[in-house]
This record gives sequence, structure tokens and C-alpha cells, in this order.
Amino acid sequence: MLTQSMILASLLFAIGVAGVIFRRNAIILFLCIELMLNAVNLMFVALSTAIGIQGQVFVFFVMTVAAAEAAVGLAIIISIFRLRETVDMKDFNLLRW
Amino acid sequence: MEAFHPTLLWAIVLLPLVGFAVNGLTAFAAPDRKSIPTWIGPGVVGLAFVIAVSSFFGMRAAGVEEPVVQTLWQWIAVGGLRIDAALQLDALSIVMTLVVTGVGFLIHVFSVGYMREDAGYARYFAYLNLFVFFMLLLVLGSSFPLMFVGWEGVGLCSYLLIGFWFADREKADAGKKAFIVNRIGDFGFLIAMFMLYANIGSLDFVTVFAQAPATFAYGGAAVTAITLFLFLGATGKSAQIPLYVWLPDAMAGPTPVSALIHAATMVTGGVYLVARAGVLFSLAPISSVVVTGVGALTALFAATIGLMQYDIKKVLAYSTVSQLGYMFIGVGAGAYAAGIFHLMTHAFFKALLFLGSGAVIHSMHEAFHHTHKDWDAQDMRNMGGLRHHMPITWVTMWIATLAIAGVWPFAGFFSKDEIIWQVGAHAVGPFAAWYRVYWVLALTAAVLTAFYMTRLMVLTFHGENRSGDAERKHLHEVSPVMWVPLAVLAGLATVGGWLNVPEAISETPVLGWLPGSEWLHEWLHPVTEAADGLAAANGVSVVDAAPFGGGEVLWAVLSVALALGTIMVAASVIGRRKYRPATESPAPRGFAAVLYHKWYVDEIYDIVVVRPVLAISRSLSRIVDGFLIDGTVNGAGYVSRAFGWVGSRMQTGQVNTYAFALVGGVLIVIALVVFG
Repeated sequence: MLTQSMILASLLFAIGVAGVIFRRNAIILFLCIELMLNAVNLMFVALSTAIGIQGQVFVFFVMTVAAAEAAVGLAIIISIFRLRETVDMKDFNLLRW
Repeated sequence: MEAFHPTLLWAIVLLPLVGFAVNGLTAFAAPDRKSIPTWIGPGVVGLAFVIAVSSFFGMRAAGVEEPVVQTLWQWIAVGGLRIDAALQLDALSIVMTLVVTGVGFLIHVFSVGYMREDAGYARYFAYLNLFVFFMLLLVLGSSFPLMFVGWEGVGLCSYLLIGFWFADREKADAGKKAFIVNRIGDFGFLIAMFMLYANIGSLDFVTVFAQAPATFAYGGAAVTAITLFLFLGATGKSAQIPLYVWLPDAMAGPTPVSALIHAATMVTGGVYLVARAGVLFSLAPISSVVVTGVGALTALFAATIGLMQYDIKKVLAYSTVSQLGYMFIGVGAGAYAAGIFHLMTHAFFKALLFLGSGAVIHSMHEAFHHTHKDWDAQDMRNMGGLRHHMPITWVTMWIATLAIAGVWPFAGFFSKDEIIWQVGAHAVGPFAAWYRVYWVLALTAAVLTAFYMTRLMVLTFHGENRSGDAERKHLHEVSPVMWVPLAVLAGLATVGGWLNVPEAISETPVLGWLPGSEWLHEWLHPVTEAADGLAAANGVSVVDAAPFGGGEVLWAVLSVALALGTIMVAASVIGRRKYRPATESPAPRGFAAVLYHKWYVDEIYDIVVVRPVLAISRSLSRIVDGFLIDGTVNGAGYVSRAFGWVGSRMQTGQVNTYAFALVGGVLIVIALVVFG
């Protein structure tokens, strides 16, 4: 059971990473980040039976942070959309020289 | 006899510095408050003179033989080198101090009248006081480095005062020229100090001169090199061949400055240096020949240029160079007292001549200013007949002219005659032939001196006035604040020579009524005896005869007759010739043009020295500085920028790229941890 749970969590994390790297839509990117966070949560929960209950405490923290991040992140995306009328990441290259 | 302790010796030096501070602050804070510099400027110098006089009488009363060194504080102590800030009072330095403060005071008073209308009045007196401070440091310093401080300081003040009217490009350039030419001489002074320290291990006058005879072999290479380098310094400061070119240009400064710095005091610093280091020069016969030769050549050479100058101050400038040459003949021939004697009398009559020319220029300038005429106020062709307008200036300047020409009983007769006599009497030993030549040169220069001075007087004061009818009405005698110093100096130029009447002359009928007998010689004896003793011990004895026979009195009478004859001939020749104002005069032709253009020395220096130096500097700046150094520095910059450019191309600005790099990095780290 543990092995399968870890494989599932790893797969979800890998899907999240792949999404962040390859997708351009800001909403999709955001969803992928959430996916990675929850993959980590799943890993914590799965491992708590083997290592200890502390991991489950971390899960609550991660969920709290993820909620806050969702609020801020969505606000940023909305304001970007209002500015440029697009959420395609290829139109944003301000992080350049 | 109890030891002599000079009181307030430090105050002599300090007072002018205080004056500099007060006048300098006035120049900044309230340049229009002219009453402050008027009283402070001459006042501090006058006070210093009073203290110097009291020190002098104290020294006489106590019969001081050894130099009195007053240590103020320790200045430099590095390894074995120890230099104190100390003042040395002895027979030589007190004579110099009296000349500097006494003549300096008179010139300060004259300046009150001369510079009254100038906007930079306070600044002028600040510089003048600073100059006196450094000059006193030069003559009273007890070691070579302290003397060097004064030496450099007077050079700085000379630069500041030559370029006093710095808004005029030509005058500012003259200041720079003086400063740069003096640097060459200072290099020699520095090298000489280094060599002295390397050989003796001390730079105090007392120690150096006490140990020099034991350290240096007579005529040895070391002492010859040291004295030649010292003399290089002296040629710079005292305007001798080859470094004299700055002094005529220095006339760009205010005329009292020319009188104080470029005639009476600063330019005699080199003579003082040679006299002070007499012990060293007595050990180096070759250097003595060089010193005397340069002096004799300069005396004659500058006198020839003086024959054809029209600028009244230029004539006096070349006359100064020539007279400085005489002083070097004296000190070079080992007659240190004679050289210092001429230094003193020259300070009187040349200061008088310069101040008199200042009075003339002042009057001419005002006359031209009234009628808005743009003629040169210093050109003698624009003058003539001024004796009716400026009688006091006329009489006092004639006294100075007779003095410089060497007419008995004026001051110059005794000092110049003694120098010529001494160089002739020095014609013994291996260099006898040289000294005979110098003797002839010196006599010739004396004749030329009488000629160019008479020419100056006749052109300026006699004949018809050439200033113009409207201008003539505005010509008038200067105010008392200016002519009183002239009168005092005229008195000194008359009696100044009686301090040192030679034995032979005071025993002669008619000439012999003068008081005193070789007083200055006896007074300076404690300073010069070491040098004299060294010369005598090495076989340089002085014979009491001129090179071509005849006694001292005969030659004295002959030289007076020669001087008077020259004056009369010159007066009639120049007086008969018709001169016209400068703007209407034709340019001189033939040999006169060569003299008028000063033997083209400035042009030759320009081609031989200035241009090559400029060319080398330019190519160095272009190749070494512009190409090698700038190339290296800029190259380093270009390389970093190229790397930066390559790096910056990797920045896409796309979040995905950064995320990819991040994941790639994490994978590498994990791979290293797991498989490493």
C-alpha cells in the first residue's frame, strides 16, 4: 500500500512539474503548482504510517499556505489579464535583462 | 663672556606669517577693507626688522663667534636622520636677515602707494608677507632641508606674485615659466642633499661643515658632484646661465615685487647658498672654477642684452641677472665676504632702481589712463624728459645708477671693485688662466653696466618728452609714501659701501677719508674662516696683484675713470640720437636686432628643449598612456562585457524556462546524491 501511494504521489508531482515547464496558460501553471503541493501532501500522509504522525501536521500547514497562495496568485493573474487581456505566459518576458 | 641668547629670534620669522594670515583672511572676508593690509603688511615686516636690529647689536655686544642655534621642535626623526626645526643665527644669517627685513619693509611701504587702486590689495600683501616669511626661513634655517622649505616657499610666492594679474594670459604664463625653470634647479639641490646625507649622515649646517674636511678629499669626485648639484640649484634660483630665462619674464608681476623678490632678496638665495656652503666649495676647486665662470659669462651676456631693451623693467631685469653674475664671481673665487657685500649693496641700489622705475610706470600709466591712450607705459621710447615732472625720482635713480656703475663713493664702487679685484687676485694655481679670463669678462661687463644704465636714464628722464601733449599735463611726481622709500634707499645706496672700505683705499689720500675699514670682512670672518683656511691649506693662496700688474688703488682709480668715461660717452651718444615713440619706431636691424631679441635664447630653448619635451610627452601620452595603459584597462572591461552579453542571452524572461532550469538543477543534485 505504501509503495503504491508513493508512486501515485511521485506521478502527480511529475505531472505538475511537466505542466509548469511545458504549459503556457497562467491558470494551468497555477493548477500544476497546486498539483505539486498536493502530491507532497499525499506523500506526507502516506509516509506517516511508517515514520510518524508529524507529517500529517505539515499537511495542514501546506494546505494553509496553498490557500493563501491561491488567493494571491489568482489576484495576480486577474490583474495581469486586466492589463494585457491575455494570460498566455509567452507574452510576459519581463524577467529579462 | 657669557653665552649670547637671542631673544625673540622665532618672532622674526613668525611675524610675517601672522601678517600673511591676517591679510589672507582679509582678502577672503573683506577685500575692500584696505586699512588692514596697509598697516599689517608693512607693520609686521618693520617689527621683524626692529627685532633683527636688536639681535644684531646683541651679537656685536656679546662678540658672538660660533653660530647660535635655537631649536624650536623636532621636525623629522626617521632612522638615523634627525632634523630639527631650528633657527641658526650667525654673522652671515643676520646680515641676510637685516637686508631682507630692512629692504623688504621699504618695499612694503612703497607698495602701499603703488597698489592702492588694485582690487587685489589684501591678496597682494598676503603674498608679500608670506614671501618674507619663507625668505627668512631660507636664511635663518639651520639645516639644508629647512633651507629647502624656505627655498621652495619663496619659489611659490614668486610664482603667485608674477602671475598676480592672472587674468592676463601672458602674465600667468610667465609665472608658470618661473616655477618650472626653478624646478630644474631644485632637482639639483635635492640630489646634493641626498649625497650629503649619504656621505656625512647629517644635514645640519654645523655638523656638515665641521665634518666635511675630514670626510671629503680635496678636489674629490664626491664633493665636486655635491657642489655642482648645489650650484645647479643656485643657477635656478639666482637666474644664471643656463636657467636665467625666467627672470626677465618675471617682470610681468607688480613692480615692487620685481624690486623685492626678483632683485633684492629671493634671487640672491643662490649666492647665499654658495656662501653658506663655502666649506664645501673650498674643497672643490673645479666647482669654484665653474661657479666663477658661469657668473662671469652671465654678467657679460646679460649686460649685452640689457643694451638694447626698450622696456624699462627688462633693462633692469637683465641688469639684475648681470649683477647676480658678479656675486657668483665673488663667491666662486672664494671671496665670500665680497659676494655677500655686493649682494647687500645690490639690494639697496637695485631695489631703488626698480622702485624708481615703478614710480615712473605708475605716473606714465596714470597719464595714459587719463587720456585713454593705449601706449605701453613701460616702453622708454614713450618717455623722455621726465626729470621735469618727477625730480625726486630722477635724482634718486641717478644715485642708484652711479652706484651700480661703480662710481666712487657710491655703494657699488666698493663691492663691485672688490669682486673684480678678488677674481684677479685669485689667478693662481692650476686654474690661473681661467680666472684671468674671468677678470677680463668682469671688467668688460662693468663697462657695459655703466653704458646700459646711462642709456636707461637718458631715455627716461632726459631729452624731449615723447609721451604726447595731452598726456604730459598728467605726469607728476608720486606721493610721499612712494618717494620716501626711494629717498631712504638712495641714502643707503650712497653710504652702504662704506661698511667695507678696503685697507688699501682707506690709506690713500683723497679717497681715504671714508670711515670703517673692511668691517664686513671682519664681521663675516667667523663664517668664512673655515673655508678660507681650507683654501689656504690646499695651496690656493691669494696674491695681492692684478693679473696684469698694478695695485688695488690703481685699478680702483682706473675702474672709476672707466665708469665715468662710459657714462659720459653713453650720455652724449644716446642724448644726440633722436628717438620716437614706440609705435613709430622702426624695428632694430642687424646686430641690434640680435640683442633686442635677447640672442634668440628663448627661441633656441623652445626648439632644443621645450618642443622635444612636448613631442616626447605627447607621444608617450598617446602610445603608453593612450594605447598600453588605457588599452589594458578598457580591454578588461570589454572582455567582461562580452561574457556578460553571452550570459544575458540565456535569459528568456519566460517563467517556464526558469522552472526548467530549476528542475534540471534539482535533478542533477539528486543524481549526485543518489549515484555520487
